[in-house]
Amino acid sequence: MNKYNPPRMNPSSLRSRFATRFLRSLSKINAKKPTASSSSPTEIFRRYRRIKVAADKSMAYSVRSRRTWSRAMLWKLRTRPCCRRSVKTSTIVRKTRHEKQNKNTTTTTGEDGVVFGVEADELRELVPGGEAMDLYNLLDETAHYIKCLTTQVQVMKKIADFYSP
Amino acid sequence: MSSRRSRSRQSGGSRITDDQIYDLVSKLQQLLPQVRNSHSDKVSAAKVLQETCNYVRSLHREVDDLSERLSELLATADSAQAAIIRSLLMQ
Repeated sequence: MNKYNPPRMNPSSLRSRFATRFLRSLSKINAKKPTASSSSPTEIFRRYRRIKVAADKSMAYSVRSRRTWSRAMLWKLRTRPCCRRSVKTSTIVRKTRHEKQNKNTTTTTGEDGVVFGVEADELRELVPGGEAMDLYNLLDETAHYIKCLTTQVQVMKKIADFYSP
Repeated sequence: MSSRRSRSRQSGGSRITDDQIYDLVSKLQQLLPQVRNSHSDKVSAAKVLQETCNYVRSLHREVDDLSERLSELLATADSAQAAIIRSLLMQ
């Protein structure tokens, strides 16, 4: 008799934290669907937006404020236009942040004058919170961000494969 | 935790050494699927950053596609399966 003992996953790993949160959000999104029009294109688009936000949110919450990019993402999620509660404070905060951003668009140079200007700025746009980082922190945060994104993609792929016929 | 020497950079003179930047760039290089396989010594830092940008963009796109796929699949799926998925993912 074969006894299959699946290897136990670390319950506090990033992967399991993200998977648990994301699945919880998915069941909430699933529970909200109206019975009549659950397959209409508008409904599908709305659900797609909600799922995407839920995925980003789950990942940001799994990392908490340990990383600059997750803090930036959490801030961005909290001050989204559809969150009407904090609109007034967010416009004020956004202005000061914008001022700070304008000061940091100079080219980035290392010790020996090596310039990564264009590529570093491109990367800054992609990584949340990247505008205010110097090169060292930007590279560090990018590495962690990539690791989290790949985890996110792997978990979402597994879920999608499970649900597909 | 790594020391935050970068915070002392007020007047433009950075105390971050070139070696540290180089270490970070090679660390990034290891994460990239394409560049990892090629001759690692000859790849310039700018190329690594370029490939990193492309990789992050492709990951974003994958997340978008998967979200779309999931939203279509959820239209027909049973919500009670979430617990089963969780146990499957734990394996």
